[in-house]
Amino acid sequence: MGWFHKKRTTAASPDSPKKEEIWVQCPSCKAHIYKEEWERNLKVCDRCHFHERLTAKERIDLLLDEGTFIELAAKISWNDPLKFSDAKGPYAEKAAETCAKTGMKESVLTGWGKIKGVKVSLSVMDFRFMGGSLASGTGEKILQATMFAVKHKMPCIIVSASGGARMHEGIISLMQMPKTCAALAQLREAGLPYISIMTDPTTGGVSASFAMVGDIHIAEPRTLIGFAGRRVIEETIKQKLPDDFQTAEYLVEHGFVDMIVPRPAMKETLFKILKYAGCR
Amino acid sequence: MSLDFEKEVVDIETRIAEFKTKNPEPTGTLVKELNRLEEERATKLKAIYADLTPWQTVQVARHPDRPLIRDFISGLCSDFMELHGDRLFGDDHGMIGGFATIDDTRVVVIGQQKGRTLEEKIKSNFGQACPEGYRKALRLMKLAEKFGLPVVTLIDTPGAFPGRDAEERGQAEAIARNMLEMAALKTPIVTVITGEGGSGGAIGIGVGDIVLMLSNAVYSVISPEGCASILWRDGTKANEAANALKITPKSLLQLKIIDDIIPEPLGGAHRDYPGTMKALKKALLKHLKSLEKTGPRKLVSRRFEKFAAMGRFN
Repeated sequence: MGWFHKKRTTAASPDSPKKEEIWVQCPSCKAHIYKEEWERNLKVCDRCHFHERLTAKERIDLLLDEGTFIELAAKISWNDPLKFSDAKGPYAEKAAETCAKTGMKESVLTGWGKIKGVKVSLSVMDFRFMGGSLASGTGEKILQATMFAVKHKMPCIIVSASGGARMHEGIISLMQMPKTCAALAQLREAGLPYISIMTDPTTGGVSASFAMVGDIHIAEPRTLIGFAGRRVIEETIKQKLPDDFQTAEYLVEHGFVDMIVPRPAMKETLFKILKYAGCR
Repeated sequence: MSLDFEKEVVDIETRIAEFKTKNPEPTGTLVKELNRLEEERATKLKAIYADLTPWQTVQVARHPDRPLIRDFISGLCSDFMELHGDRLFGDDHGMIGGFATIDDTRVVVIGQQKGRTLEEKIKSNFGQACPEGYRKALRLMKLAEKFGLPVVTLIDTPGAFPGRDAEERGQAEAIARNMLEMAALKTPIVTVITGEGGSGGAIGIGVGDIVLMLSNAVYSVISPEGCASILWRDGTKANEAANALKITPKSLLQLKIIDDIIPEPLGGAHRDYPGTMKALKKALLKHLKSLEKTGPRKLVSRRFEKFAAMGRFN
């Protein structure tokens, strides 16, 4: 009877000194959740179903068959075409800090892999990298991942998470909007599917480019999806907006998102769509 | 209406106007005096306009007397047949378009409408187009493709309209859809930024084979005021933001974002409509001609390469 001899353990309380290591607090409902449980639940609160943001790597691990991810365009990094500097100092310094903090060279990880055996091109944005902002390196990586899909006749999946275009690269950031859309036009010409997954937040120049031209639009629950910021809109129309304005659910009602998929069901849902699209 | 940095010139222009009123048919020394005043005006204008700061350029681009889309259409085209509606929702006054003839060349012309009178401005949201505006533009571009007509887009907008209804009707989707369809359009597209190239609102009709700018126009990912309030935490630092963003035609040409700059007459387009139209027409016809023999497949692949190269450094 092994359990008589089991070592007695006491569950640490939320107020114990090791709180940060063992417990996570849901950013939405503030419930304290055991860290292991939080991670097992893919960073989704099992009390209120809040979906915490994932890093690009975590998302790739979630969506692709283990060990199948092969990175593309890995050498592409941020650029400083304007030699930009603002009140806080040079963009180059800020970018270098972000790289050190995240281990990434730009706001998107791109590559290809398999979803239950089906080969896909996959680009995943990371909000930690300067708010997932769209800049020259981001656009070039997404273009390369998309053209890879065209060349190898694969479907394309892009996971968005962005505050919009990165001001520090100016007009060059803006041009990543038509650049990525032009690549997706080539994908369409090749008759290949494109699934756009919108995660929190999907806004500005990203929502107004590649995120909104998918064959299928999938969003995670309560994702913020919009073009202009809430405050700007309220100041423009001089009215308060409803609480659910610009949520994924709101966008489903207004005709721009096909489905809301909770995180645990995402991989299986993608597989089903790929099968409907005739992908192997 | 004068800009603060034009004050000296405007003073001379006022004196010239007064002089002409007092002396409708000058002779002898009066003619000499008038010539002297005109010369002084030209010298001062040249000095100011040769060296505009980016923020000053923004102000010229936004000048209330600057030509607007209907001025360009009447100045360039011998005929304009306006078309209305997006066939889905409505007719956006913030974006207009239709068939037009420039000398012997038939085109489809499209562009944002800022409006001249206050009533017009309100109706058109000051040139901030709604989704139905971008969708009308798309309908007209597909029509041009079907009829084998080149597309001319004239851009002048502070940005796409940030309203609740615009958001609910898919402002983001409309802009995105336009860029994808323009990238694939099998007819030549020549784009001219005539005033303000306001971010996503501009690029939503800006995916051209050739992209031109009038010499006092500006093109930016965000307005200098917007950038200043975010990155300088001070909306009044627009001057610094305008410098940092590199939004003038010269910078954009260097960055290979635009293909050519169309010189405005001395003192800006607002001082000389006929001169502006002449220069713009010449440039348009030249570039339309350069594209007319290109087959549709080559057109699309060249357009793809053009935008693919933007921001490619590694």
